[in-house]
Parts: sequence; structure tokens; C-alpha cells
Amino acid sequence: MTDRLPGFNTLAIHAGAAPDAATGARATPIYQTTSFVFDDVDHAASLFGLQAFGNIYSRIGNPTNAVLEERIAALEGGTAALAVASGHAAEFLVFHTLLQPGDEFVAAKQLYGGSINQFNHSYKNFGWNVVWANADDPASFEAAITPKTKAIFIESIANPGGVIVDLKAIAAIAKKHRIPFIVDNTMATPYLIRPFEHGADIIVHSATKFLGGHGNSIGGLIVDGGTFNFAGDDRYPMLSKPRPEYNGMVLGETFGNFGFAIAARVLGLRDLGPALSPFNAFLILNGIETLPLRMQRHSDNALAVAEHLASHSKVSWVSYPGLRSDRYHNLAKQYCPKGAGAVFTFGLKGGYEAGVQLVSNLKLFSHLANIGDTRSLVIHPASTTHRQLTDEQKKQAGAGPEVVRLSVGLEDKEDLIDDLNQALDAA
Amino acid sequence: MNHDNYPNDYIRGILQSVKTIALVGASQNSARPSWIVMKYLLERGYDVIPINPGLAGQELLGKRVYGSLAEVPGPIDMVEIFRNSEAAGPITDEALALNPLPKVIWMQLSVRNDEAAKRAEAKGLQVVMDRCPKIEFGRLSGEISWQGVNSRMISAKKPILSGKGFQKLSLNRPR
Repeated sequence: MTDRLPGFNTLAIHAGAAPDAATGARATPIYQTTSFVFDDVDHAASLFGLQAFGNIYSRIGNPTNAVLEERIAALEGGTAALAVASGHAAEFLVFHTLLQPGDEFVAAKQLYGGSINQFNHSYKNFGWNVVWANADDPASFEAAITPKTKAIFIESIANPGGVIVDLKAIAAIAKKHRIPFIVDNTMATPYLIRPFEHGADIIVHSATKFLGGHGNSIGGLIVDGGTFNFAGDDRYPMLSKPRPEYNGMVLGETFGNFGFAIAARVLGLRDLGPALSPFNAFLILNGIETLPLRMQRHSDNALAVAEHLASHSKVSWVSYPGLRSDRYHNLAKQYCPKGAGAVFTFGLKGGYEAGVQLVSNLKLFSHLANIGDTRSLVIHPASTTHRQLTDEQKKQAGAGPEVVRLSVGLEDKEDLIDDLNQALDAA
Repeated sequence: MNHDNYPNDYIRGILQSVKTIALVGASQNSARPSWIVMKYLLERGYDVIPINPGLAGQELLGKRVYGSLAEVPGPIDMVEIFRNSEAAGPITDEALALNPLPKVIWMQLSVRNDEAAKRAEAKGLQVVMDRCPKIEFGRLSGEISWQGVNSRMISAKKPILSGKGFQKLSLNRPR
């Protein structure tokens, strides 16, 4: 008589949520409040001392956000999670919990451009030093590891799309060197890939993208896999040393296999402050309820659009792992057999001018700098996000003059293909 | 009992039935997990009796500390072991020498001694190993969900307020 674990669709709707204890409200209420009344003075002391479960102040925790946290922890198969203001905030709090000044971490160079900026520039102020490796070459991660390496960071499906990372190979290197393996699972979502099953220790999300899924809320999530033993490991003093903020408590010991999530909350979120609005948490929760349906449609539509573009006379190449001819197709079959996601790039024979023209000609695709909306989105990186780079830098970043990135939405695929056809014909 | 995977009903049944808990390895350091768990269980209405030979005769969280299980006057429902896995063996044997016998041996998170568990189960006791009663209470009541922890509980029934304030939930949640 074991307690059977519900399936993914059930968890997407129910995990973390229950009728409200006070009112019976069935949808998760938006607890739009800064603070929570203590039961008594002793209860207040217990909460501040991390000795009881409960709510104090919405910068540290909020019941609406907590439903979102448990929901993503359940969907990823982790022990606990933390909701924060953005995907960037999620990355920031993860590294703040793991790194001290002078430490290093190894990251794949195939990442969202915003993450590359954060690692290359902002983190330097904290003395956190990124060492770049190649996601296509797991051995490059091992070669980059030094005694100062405290984390390895990759994206499961790498932005701007089309790159599937061999999670198991990199996880094996991380395990061998006893380094936490952090996976940004934004582009895949747990519907397509569950990184803990392939050896990840910590997962981060920009919930802004497919989890929220409707292009209306910025948010970030950190998920603790409970797999890395931080207690007693001097390299991670936030988790293994007595914390003066909490009367000498050792967080990694007191909270066991969800100690990382607690430390990120009570040392990171509490003191640095990037809290998620409960209203955004509510909207992201609503999005997650339909995640399995949406991700399947996103992937099916993306494959249909990619197949069409691959046969179009004005298109020179398409980089989508769902295509049989793609170099990442075998990895896609191994890691995301249900689909390769919604985001990919393709090249235009007409180069820079054709890219600018295409974006202007499209009527259904929205020209903007986001991914993971119900609506189909398009961007021409060379004339927008990567405009400041030299031509050589643009090429290296996968943003050459001829490159166009799509985030395929949930519309009828025939309408998307029609729109691309008319825009390509006129370009 | 399969000690790798306890049914929720097994843990719930134990936490709903025991009243007197002897906590072996009690600490007066409020940063230690044993102190935190003792305080939490007292707040949930359990009669927790701290055991620590170094603190025998003193008071801890308003309760008298005893030097050993044998010194505790009156019956004990559950022995909660806050020591290492090796020490859990002789402590279990001390518990099995009590008259009347306790009903439950509970070894704290990270503490596991399968031989001791077999001896206790042979005498009809229920055994829980490598679990924290505070975490389990929080998980089954719904309190732990406030911290974003994966409770692995799915329910369309309301959690029940314990009646001792807004921020304490009861184990008597309909299933």
C-alpha cells in the first residue's frame, strides 16, 4: 500500500493547491498582503527562528507564491522550490547561495544572452568568475574545472533554440568532481525534459516563458533536487556553517534534503529582496495548469513550421532538433521524445536585408524580444538584440545577419505557415 | 514494514495516536534540530520528555530532563532517537526493556539501524527510521507547503485549522 504518485497532468493542476483552509475558495486565492498576523508572541519567535512553518512577510514567503513553489517542485520531481521576481533573480540567488568571492563556476557558452551578460559583467562585482565551456563537448566542462569551481550551469534546450545538451554526460562530470549541477529548464519545461532524472541537482526557470505561457508576467523559480549533500561540505558555508543570522543554525543539516531551497529563501531572498508579486504567482499558476496541453501544441506547431521552412526556396538552413536531418536529432529523441520545444532559428538566403523585411512583412507573428507566449513571436537578432556586436561577434553568438528566431505559438499551424509564406514572398 | 517508503497512513496513524514522546538526545542549544523538533512537538500538544544524561535534573522548554529512558516515571508511547545510527541500537534495546513497552521507535532523519528495527518489530512495536516528525507533521497537515516544500500530497479537501491560531494545521484533514 504505497501512495501512488499522481501523473504529470494531475500534478500540473493540483500540486501545492487545496481549497483555502479559511474560506474553502477552490481557486488559489491571491494573498495580496505584505504581512501575516502572528498567533502569539511565542509563535512569532518560532517563525523568525525558522522553528515553525508559516508566513511572516511577503518578501520572504507568501501563500500564493508557496502554491507555485510546491507546484514546480512536484512537476520537476524536486524536494522544494522558491519563487522569485524573475529568471535572472533565480540565477542570482542560486549563485549567491553557492559562491563566495573569488570562486568560479563553469557555464555553457550556449545560453540566453541575458544570462551571458549577467555572468560576464554583473557577477564580476561579486568576485564570481565564470569559465565558459562548450555544451556540445562535455569534456570541455571537465577541462574547465579547478579547485575554485563551485557549480556547473547549462540550459537543457539552449537559447536561441536548436541545441539539445547531453545532460547525462555533463552530470557524470559534475558528480565525479562533487560539484552541484544547475540546469536552466526554461525552454524545455518539465513537460519535455525533467533534468533531475538525468543528474541535475538544482533547476532554475524563467517562469515568464512557457510556465506562465501567456506573455503577461515576469517570474523566476529555483527547484532543489535534494540530491547534493551540502551538510559538512566546507566549500558551501551558507549551508554547512553555523549561520549568525539564525543563532548558529546549520541550514544544510537542519533542513536536510531541502536545505538548499531554504537557504536561498532565508539568506538570499530575505536579504537581497527580489520577491515575486502574489498576483504574478497567480497568473503563472493559471498558466501551469495547461502546461502539458500547451507544450505539446507548441512543439507540434514548431515542427510543422520548421519542416515547411526547411523546404522553402528562400531559406538556407533551419536549426530545429525535431527535424530528422538536424545534428541534435538523436539527443532530442533521447531527452525530449515528446517534442523539441517552440523556439528555433533559421537562415535567409537574402541575408540582413531579407531578415529586416521578413520581420516587417509578418502579420501574425509579433516582433518582440520574448519567447514562450501563446502568440507566435519573431525577432531578427542582428538588427535588434545583437545590434551592438561586431559582425564576427554576431556570428559567434548565432546571430549572424541572415538569422531569424521564432517562438512558435498555439495558433493554427496553417495560419502560421501562410503568414511566413506571404512574408517570405515579399522579402 | 518497508523502511524505504512509508505509507502516509502509517505515519499519520502514529502521529495521531501517540501522546507521550521521550526524545533521546535532547539539546539546550536552540539552533540544534533536536531543540527545534522538541519545541514544535510541544506546541502541537505532545507531552515531550527530554532525555540527556548531561542535562539530567535540569529543565528544558519547561520539561524536566531525565538521564535515561529507564528513569522516566510513567509510560512512554514513542521513543524518538536523536543520536547517530550506531547509538540507535542500544537505545532501542533500552526502550525494549521498558515496562510497559513503548508503541513506537522513531529514528530521526539520517538515523537508520535496520537490526534494531527488526528487534523492535519482533516485539510488536512500530518503527520509523530516517524521518523527522516535524517534517512529517508539516507534510501531512499541509503546514510544510507554506515553505514551498514538495509535500507529495494531493487533495481536493480543505486543510483543517488546528484551532490554536491561524498558522497551525491539524493532522485530521479529510482524505
